[in-house]
Amino acid sequence: MKYTEEHEWLRVEGDLIVVGITEHASEQLGDIVFVDLPEADTEVAKDDEVAVIESVKAASDILAPLDGTVVEVNDVLADNPGLVNEDPLGDGWFFKMKVEDLSVLDDLMDEAAYKDFIG
Amino acid sequence: MTDLKRTPLYDLHLELGAKMVPFAGYEMPVQYPMGVMQEHLHTRAKAGLFDVSHMGQIILRAKSGATADAALALESLVPVDILGLKEGRQRYALFTNDEGGILDDLMVANRGDHLFLVVNAACKEADAAHLAAHLSGACEIDVITDRALLALQGPDAEAALAAHVPAVADMAFMDVIIAPSAFGELWISRSGYSGEDGYEISVANDQAVALTRALLADDRVAPIGLGARDSLRLEAGLCLYGSDLDTTTTPVEAALNWAMQKARRAGGDREGGFPGAARILGELAGGPTRLRIGLLPEGRAPMRAETPLFASETGGEPIGAVTSGAFGPSIGRPMSMGYIASEHSAAGTQIWGEVRGKRLPAVVTAMPFRPAGYKR
Repeated sequence: MKYTEEHEWLRVEGDLIVVGITEHASEQLGDIVFVDLPEADTEVAKDDEVAVIESVKAASDILAPLDGTVVEVNDVLADNPGLVNEDPLGDGWFFKMKVEDLSVLDDLMDEAAYKDFIG
Repeated sequence: MTDLKRTPLYDLHLELGAKMVPFAGYEMPVQYPMGVMQEHLHTRAKAGLFDVSHMGQIILRAKSGATADAALALESLVPVDILGLKEGRQRYALFTNDEGGILDDLMVANRGDHLFLVVNAACKEADAAHLAAHLSGACEIDVITDRALLALQGPDAEAALAAHVPAVADMAFMDVIIAPSAFGELWISRSGYSGEDGYEISVANDQAVALTRALLADDRVAPIGLGARDSLRLEAGLCLYGSDLDTTTTPVEAALNWAMQKARRAGGDREGGFPGAARILGELAGGPTRLRIGLLPEGRAPMRAETPLFASETGGEPIGAVTSGAFGPSIGRPMSMGYIASEHSAAGTQIWGEVRGKRLPAVVTAMPFRPAGYKR
C-alpha cells in the first residue's frame, strides 16, 4: 500500500491501481453522505479533481494521485456512501486506474512514512 | 484561537472528547465522538444536550415599572405583537432595519415584571447597542453575563429534565418559568431549535457544569455539537441567521409572516411603527418578489449554500440560490433552503441546482422537511 499527502491510498491489483481514502481521512471527514465519482474511461492528470466526497460537514475534492486513465469506478458508493466510513481500505474504494509505468508508485509514501506524515 | 471566548462548559466539552471549532467568537463543540449523524439521530430518538451559552441573554425592564411599557418600547424595533404576549409565554421575533431587512432573530419572553430576550451569539453586541440606542429612555437594559444556556431537545427531554425540575412536565410549547432547583434558580422555556420537544435552560455560570453532568448522567441524554444542531434545525425548516436571514432579507421574503401578528399589520391596533414598516407592510399586501423555500434534490448530492438555482436544465439566468444545504439524517436524503423568484416558489415546482457545473434536478418543497414534535 502507498499513500499520498492528500490522504489517498493506492494498492496494486494486477496491472491496475486501486485508489481510496485512508482511515484517517474518513475519520476527519465524518459521516460521508455522497460520493461523486468520475466516469469510467476518463483520462486524468495528477492533481485533477476527479471525485467529490460530501460528508455531513462539507464537500471535499479527491485529486487524481497520478497521470493515467480511470478504468473502473466503485458504483456501489452511489447508493451506499457510508461504506467509505465503514471500510475505507476495502469495500469503500473509489476507482481503479491504469498508468503507463507502475514505478511511479515508488515516489509515494509507504505506511510508515504516512503515519509520520499524519503525526 | 487565543482571542476566542469560552463558555463555562469548555473544559467539560474537552473531557467529553469534543472537537472544538471557532463559532461566533467562541470555541464551541462541533461534534463529540458519536459523530454528527448519530448525534442528530440520537436527538430525534431520545434527547440531546446542547451548550448554547454563546447566545445572548438580555433583560428589558420598563423604567415606569409597567411591563406593558417595555413591550411597547420593544415593539418599536420588531414587527411583532409584544404587548399581547401573556405572562409566562415566549414568542419568536425579528429586529428589522429601516430597509425592512433583518438585523437578528430572537426569542422574547414575558416574565411578569420584565421581558427576557435570547439573541444570536454573532449579533449580541450589536443587538445590545441597538436596544441601548433606541430603548434606553424607556427601559433598563441588562445584558446577562453570569449565566450559561443549555438546550435539552428530543422526545425524552421532558423525563430527563423533570427528574430535576418536576414543574417542567406541566409546561406547554413556548411556556417560560423561573424554577428553583438543586442547581440554583433556572430560567426555563419549553422551546428550542431542533424541531423536537424540549427546553432551553438558563443556569448560573457556577452551576452550569453540575447541571450538565446531572443531565448527562441520564442514559437517554447525549451531548450534541453544532454540526447536528445545524442539520436538526434545517430538517425542521428553521432559519439560521447569517445564512438564511440577514440585513438584505425581509421577514416577508423569509416566509416569516406567521411571526408578524395582526396587531402590527395594516388595519391592526398598532399597525406599523417598526423599522422598515413601509416595505414590510407593502410586501405583506402585494407579495414579495422572492421567497424562502425548501428544496429536495432528487439525487443524493447535497445542494449547499450558494448553489445557484435555475428554471430549466440548460441556459437561462439563475432564479435564486441556496442559503443552507445539507444531508438530512432523519429524512435520509439531502435538503436545502434558499430564496427563489416568487413565480417559481410553489411547492412541487421542478427546478435545477448547479452543483460543480452540472444542473441537477430538485423540487420546491414545503417545510419542515420532517414534522416537528412540539408539545402544544
